Amino acid sequence: MRAPLSWLREYVDLPAGETGRDVQERLVSAGLEVERVEQLGAGLKGPLVVGKVLAIEELTGFKKPIRFCQVDVGTANGTGEPQNIVCGATNFHVGDKVVVILPGGVLPGDFQISARKTYGRTSEGMICSTSELGMGDTVSNSLGGDGIIVLPPEHEAGTDAIELLELVDEVLDIAVTPDRGYCMSMRGIARETATAYGLPLRDPALLDVPAPNSYGYQVKVADPIGCDRFTARTVVNVDPEAASPIWLQRRLQKAGMRPVSLAVDITNYVMLELGQPLHAYDRNRLDGPIGVRRAQPGEKLTTLDGTQRALDPEDLVITDNSGPIGLAGVMGGANTEIADPVRDEQTGEVRGTSEIVIEAAHFDPVAVARTARRHRLSSEASKRFERGVDPQAASAAAQRTVDLLVLLAGGTAEAGVTEVITPSAPRTISIPADHPDRVAGTEYGRETVVRRLQQVGCDVYGADELVVTVPSWRPDLTDPNDLAEEVIRLEGYENLPSTLPKLPSGRGLTESQLLRRRVGRSLAGAGYVEVLSYPFVGDAVLDQLGLEPGDPRRRAVTLVNPLSDEEPAMRTTLLPGLLGTLRRNHGRGAQDLALFETGLVFQPTGDEPAPPKLTVDRRPTDEEIGALDAALPHQPVHAAVVLSGAREPQGWWGKGYPASWVDAVEAARTIAREAGVELIVRQDQYAPWHPGRCAALYVGDELVGHAGELHPRVIKAMNLPERTSAMELDLERLEQARGGPLRAPRVSTFPVATQDVALVVDTAVPAADVEAALRAGAGELLEDLRLFDVFSGEQIGEGKKSLAYALRFRATDRTLTAEEASAARDAAVVTAAERTGAVLRGA
Amino acid sequence: MSAPNKSYDPVEVEALKPEEIERMRDEAIAAFAAAADLDALHEAKVAHTGDRSPLALANREIGALPPHAKAEAGKRVGQARGAVNKALAARKEQLEAERDARVLVEEAVDVTLPYERRPAGARHPLTTLSDRIADVFVAMGYEVAEGPEIEAEWFNFDALNIAADHPARTMQDTFFVNAGQANGRRVGTGSASGDVVLRTHTSPVQVRSLLDREPPVYVICPGRVYRTDELDATHTPVFNQVELLAVDEGLTMADLKGTLDHMVQALFGEGMRTRLRPNYFPFTEPSAEMDMVCYVCRGDSVGNPDRPCRTCSSEGWIELGGCGMVNPRVLTACGVDPDKYSGFAFGFGIERMLMFRHNVEDMRDIVEGDVRFTLPFGMEI
Ligand SMILES: [Zn+2]
Repeated sequence: MRAPLSWLREYVDLPAGETGRDVQERLVSAGLEVERVEQLGAGLKGPLVVGKVLAIEELTGFKKPIRFCQVDVGTANGTGEPQNIVCGATNFHVGDKVVVILPGGVLPGDFQISARKTYGRTSEGMICSTSELGMGDTVSNSLGGDGIIVLPPEHEAGTDAIELLELVDEVLDIAVTPDRGYCMSMRGIARETATAYGLPLRDPALLDVPAPNSYGYQVKVADPIGCDRFTARTVVNVDPEAASPIWLQRRLQKAGMRPVSLAVDITNYVMLELGQPLHAYDRNRLDGPIGVRRAQPGEKLTTLDGTQRALDPEDLVITDNSGPIGLAGVMGGANTEIADPVRDEQTGEVRGTSEIVIEAAHFDPVAVARTARRHRLSSEASKRFERGVDPQAASAAAQRTVDLLVLLAGGTAEAGVTEVITPSAPRTISIPADHPDRVAGTEYGRETVVRRLQQVGCDVYGADELVVTVPSWRPDLTDPNDLAEEVIRLEGYENLPSTLPKLPSGRGLTESQLLRRRVGRSLAGAGYVEVLSYPFVGDAVLDQLGLEPGDPRRRAVTLVNPLSDEEPAMRTTLLPGLLGTLRRNHGRGAQDLALFETGLVFQPTGDEPAPPKLTVDRRPTDEEIGALDAALPHQPVHAAVVLSGAREPQGWWGKGYPASWVDAVEAARTIAREAGVELIVRQDQYAPWHPGRCAALYVGDELVGHAGELHPRVIKAMNLPERTSAMELDLERLEQARGGPLRAPRVSTFPVATQDVALVVDTAVPAADVEAALRAGAGELLEDLRLFDVFSGEQIGEGKKSLAYALRFRATDRTLTAEEASAARDAAVVTAAERTGAVLRGA
Repeated sequence: MSAPNKSYDPVEVEALKPEEIERMRDEAIAAFAAAADLDALHEAKVAHTGDRSPLALANREIGALPPHAKAEAGKRVGQARGAVNKALAARKEQLEAERDARVLVEEAVDVTLPYERRPAGARHPLTTLSDRIADVFVAMGYEVAEGPEIEAEWFNFDALNIAADHPARTMQDTFFVNAGQANGRRVGTGSASGDVVLRTHTSPVQVRSLLDREPPVYVICPGRVYRTDELDATHTPVFNQVELLAVDEGLTMADLKGTLDHMVQALFGEGMRTRLRPNYFPFTEPSAEMDMVCYVCRGDSVGNPDRPCRTCSSEGWIELGGCGMVNPRVLTACGVDPDKYSGFAFGFGIERMLMFRHNVEDMRDIVEGDVRFTLPFGMEI
């Protein structure tokens, strides 16, 4: 809502020197979001006067039409002689009244005017257009459209045009929150301004309104819930040619509306003034009584914007005998709109709308909101009805419209006054007088509370328990806290004290939260950089990853309104986002990359039932909460890493080594260590990994993730650096596998006995199996075991490999003898032989 | 020869003559002094103190002397050997010191060499900032609550007093999840479009916290949220929020104000404070917009064109987010008696705070995951 300061002053006697910024500050403090104060006519300096065009000489020989004009500017130029002015516009004639800036004047944008030679003539000033005067681009035809301003003939040459056109003003631009519908009007903003300054308000809705009678235009409201009030008035003998006066056009312009025609301008003006949307019908185009009802299936309506709309049975419509003639509270129909005046060239008779029926009605906010949304049609009217219009202002608004049509269009008000009203009692709210105090945490006292509520427009009765009747323009005031807010904001949020509540002791972060932090820190400590990628994916990337058609990772939650149709689904794996980020970094010149992400993935079963529709007037039952949760997909936290380039770069210190499958597996081990679980690694084949370089990651018997080098096809398809490796695991499964507190190891101080063994096994036997067998066979005396060499070659034999282990034995209670250590080693080798076919090398 | 030969004189044993022993001693000392390095010294040591050295051989002769002569000769040889060993030790120490000095010089390195052998990693600043904010409140006794990102509308809207026709529930703001059972490759969830959404704020976690716990409830809810904005320099469709909820007996707006003041002091330093401006949110009543004093200029840039402030556009205040007293209707929907309990809540975007706290100029830097942006933030923020 744009509120010109000059207009605001009509209702509140603000101090003379008060600026727009001053008012802004007061209103912001009272809770109106005044986004900015626009300075109209800033930098404009006269003399700027009305001029009468006396003569026009068309200059030829130039690329565009140029006119050399003599303009009477009265005595404004000090001589009384006509002013010679060169002008490039052509939308004015001899005898027209125009706006002239004389030498010495300054136009907005620091455009200094002086007499100058141009097109071979001396131009002593300029004939002005609307844009040159900073009047905005929403300009009426009657003021000259987009070209030179042509004024109505009654203005005397030499009159100061700055004042005439109200060019200097300030406009408050206010973002009205949904609860403050009444501030979509000058009346509402004036009320807030008056309260903020402690000044009286001249309420423009306080008008004498004649009592309703039975001979007004007939109105039948079939849906009293959708429309609880309908006022109709009629004005006849309207001059179809009457134009809006300058003041009216200027106020509309400043408020951001485009002047159209007198009747429409008046309804818009009254809407801006009182907040009541109005509609003007050409009575001669109406067919029988006006009705209000819901649309019937199949009905259509062409609205004022020229669009034909198929109506929904929920749409509230205005009708006559011909069917729907308007979308109630949203937009009128084209068939009954006020007609533009047309002059009959032969007779000189002007035909146009001369009999006008005015509608001032109150419609259900929800009905209007739904219709506006359904038809994607947001209008000045619908914006106001959605936020709540003062139903009590309808008859005053109708009266104001009648008055202006009589005053400005020479009309005659008919005596008939139609009012269809569904009576409703005013809303009352009971609150303890100290309720605002208890909400705010400070002491206002009963007197202040009552006074502030009265300023808002409430009637207040009672002593300790206040019975508050809220004003008709505040449908948002429904609950005790709404009243508390009114008191607190008017007393000033800035005056609230600052205190701290006394909290019960908290339990700190949960195990799961601590784990995620540890995982983040340890991966970052291991050289990984955290990434938070968007979770949107599409088929393309799942294809690139080589996922089979039935792969569960293709079963994804999809969005009704994705940002991109290419990526309509929610991720089921972290890899697409991570790999995309890796590629982006690589594309920007980074060589050695190690990235990680932890975040949710979304795993629907596809059988999620619809969530129940629940009320909000009580706590849902546990079953109902369960039913809501059952509608949601499984959303576990995953952790993933991707790597490429060198894990350790080559440098002056010597050789580096490339990032590979083993780093990916090690990242999983790092996470498992932080989770306090033992990770079991097994050979696997799983997309998108290299079939020979893919590890399945287990905790106990449960598969928690995969790691390894990516499949070369995937690397190619995704345009990734060669040998890119990746790991992804389900962090929640790791968490769940976590046991109780760690049992501390017993540290023996007896000497260690070391034994090395080299075992030959088939190439396909996983080292992890050999190690497990050695550990099982070696028994309790085994303190530690380390694989220190892997070797294959001719000496070992085709299809075989040699694994060399260092075994460390130690007892907790004695020094081991060489025989004991050897026996334990032999037992280990026997078990390895049994389980993996291992043969002691050299045996 | 049954009687000792009285005429046996040690002097007459050539090797034990005093001048002979002095000579051996002096030769040894001279040899040590002449040794140029530890190897030469070792040779000299073997020659002059070894089993076959002159002094050792002389020592052996002592046994052959008559008793009266033994003591004197023993003493003489012993003194000589003592002097020799002392000289040896001294020379050894000297040569070792020389060697050490030389070797340590030879072993000198350029300690300014860079060592990027184990490149550093980093956590994302959004994570660390979120953690840091959480820690401020955990220290006060709050607990960190979390919830799903794909959420039922009842949690995201209804329970928060956001009615079915509220503009927030339109496609302009909210990502809706497709309904429908498994058909082919893609499925949605729920039976009707719009039953399930990507949460638009972390407020549904507040609702879940109230349903899960008995009051008093003091929780902070950080997390990822979604709105249908295109990515540009100041917007991102996926962003992070921190919301706070306190529900207890007798909580007031003054408590809200104090909690906000405490937070900005903890995060931005002493002397910081907040300002509340009336606003409207369905889930709070009264509601407010919260600003904090600009931590860069502390308000000095206001009306001071010579010292403009880019962080706050010389407004002196930075907009943080929304807050207010929990709407009693929300408490009712969560089964909390609004006559007994009251609450306050606030929420703000972490990206925005990261931007003004660390002078980030473009949202895309936060979103895109360029390691050059993230690395300098390290492990903590
Ligand atoms: Zn600043």
